[in-house]
Amino acid sequence: MTAAPIIDVVEVRKSFGSTIALDRLSMQAPAGAVTALLGPNGAGKTTLVRIVATLLRPEKGRVEVAGFDVARHPVAARRLIGLAGQHAATDDALTGRENLVMIARLYRLAPTRARQAADEVLERLSLTDAADRPVRTYSGGMRRRLDVGASLVGRPRVLLLDEPSTGLDPAARLELWSLLDRLVAAGTTILLTTQQLEEADHLADTVSIINHGTVVSEGTPAALKARLGYETIDVALADSARLADAVDVLRPIATDDPGVDDLAARLSFKAALDTRALPATVRLLDQAGITVADVTARRPSLDDVFMSLVGHPSQPDHPRETP
Amino acid sequence: MSTAANQLDRLPAAAWFTDPLVIARRNILRTRRTPQAAVAAITSPVLFLLLMRLVFGGAIHIPQMTYVDYLVPAMLVQNVIFGGLSAATGLALDVNSGLIDRFRSLPTPAVAPLLGRSLSDLALQMLAAALTLIAGVAIGFRFHADTVSYLIAIGLLILISLSMFWVFAALGLATKNPETVQSTTPIFFLVLFVSNAFIPVDTLPRWVQGFARYQPISIFNDALRALTQGPHAAQAALGHSTTYFDVAAACWCVGLAIVFASITLHSYRRL
Repeated sequence: MTAAPIIDVVEVRKSFGSTIALDRLSMQAPAGAVTALLGPNGAGKTTLVRIVATLLRPEKGRVEVAGFDVARHPVAARRLIGLAGQHAATDDALTGRENLVMIARLYRLAPTRARQAADEVLERLSLTDAADRPVRTYSGGMRRRLDVGASLVGRPRVLLLDEPSTGLDPAARLELWSLLDRLVAAGTTILLTTQQLEEADHLADTVSIINHGTVVSEGTPAALKARLGYETIDVALADSARLADAVDVLRPIATDDPGVDDLAARLSFKAALDTRALPATVRLLDQAGITVADVTARRPSLDDVFMSLVGHPSQPDHPRETP
Repeated sequence: MSTAANQLDRLPAAAWFTDPLVIARRNILRTRRTPQAAVAAITSPVLFLLLMRLVFGGAIHIPQMTYVDYLVPAMLVQNVIFGGLSAATGLALDVNSGLIDRFRSLPTPAVAPLLGRSLSDLALQMLAAALTLIAGVAIGFRFHADTVSYLIAIGLLILISLSMFWVFAALGLATKNPETVQSTTPIFFLVLFVSNAFIPVDTLPRWVQGFARYQPISIFNDALRALTQGPHAAQAALGHSTTYFDVAAACWCVGLAIVFASITLHSYRRL
């Protein structure tokens, strides 16, 4: 986080009719890193990306990309960004190569340079073999790679991705993640929106959790988890008849009401971090003569962070967010 | 920083010319590879022409002009409507697919996608016009004016296509939905039939005659009739001089373009 932010969003407000999409939202994205905007449907993630991409103008506040105010110098900002939206925004009747050459031309490359850039990017996207086939014959994963990678022909410094892995099967998603990892390694900054905590956890250097148009928390995934200040202890007993006893024994070190699963003879509870809750659990149960089959301690997941901030679980299966 | 920003914020003048061409080329490539819509748009005027001429032609009498000479210029205008509807559908599809968003995030003139669409639309309509004229001549259409008039007719047809484009662009951007665009087809049929395209206005019910006589399609039809059939036919069969129709048609073009380009740009900025 020592580098100057390449995306600087200051107190941005945007409403659609009477709906406030962004409410004095501020956030920064450091250069050369992946910043994830995480939030439920309708939180304002897509609106924010569209403003950074110069597609919408903020009503109040300021957005800068590499020092260029997107409202005052939109074309200068557009030279530095690449956008891939929620849908595969490529022409499915054109070949992969034709799509890339067209986009390269619109990035102001001369015809020869545009063809070279298209060839290079096809290579990087591992699409060389499919380059001259219409995009409608591509698999879902290939289309998304082309969509996400298409703007690379313009060598953007900042890639803006709105829910890049929505609708991809697990294998295609892994392929996409490895592409994004390679891009970041090559120095590209990525700002992406996601509803998938797993994706944010895997990809993001910093996460901004957005709800109701404001950033409710931000930091590295590890810092966000640590800030919750608890760990979860899961215990499996040898005999489910002793569950009630176990709950009584463990209540002093639990910070919540332990959850009990009779069928599996399991219970789980939260304990304050750094209280050596795991050895204490084993010791207390042992002293009470309760036989333990298994016991584990789990750091909070981003899911837990999300739950604590937003009040309900994330909804990873909703494909669309209305702006 | 500010000077650098201003410099980077400026697009080269050539961009206003090359970028619409890049996008028009893409539209034409797409049309060639998904030809169903374009084939319908290009062949339906020819089918219409044959249908009207062969089925109804005998029943409709135009004073001082053969029916086929009356009909073919109107078919050229009808091409513009049918072609425009497919341009509106194409624009709505591009909005839906996110392609317009991508274009607008690139360092290209913001209106390049619209200008590109209008160029590809024009190219397809000129092709349809050529086919209509060939079919027309095959069933007896003849030119009765002079070369200058024919050149003016071509220029006017281009002007009509370019200005009517904005009507359809507004439709495509307002609906953002290809199916909704298709569902407006009956409205355009209505406007086409309550005009002088197929029959003289005098045969229509009196209460629609005023609209039918002065609405843009009728004026465009008569202007092209006058320019292809000569001043005598214009005065005798259509009731006004060629100049009258040319000026009226140009006024409609400019008026429609101003109003609908404003509506289009308004919705375009708010996509």
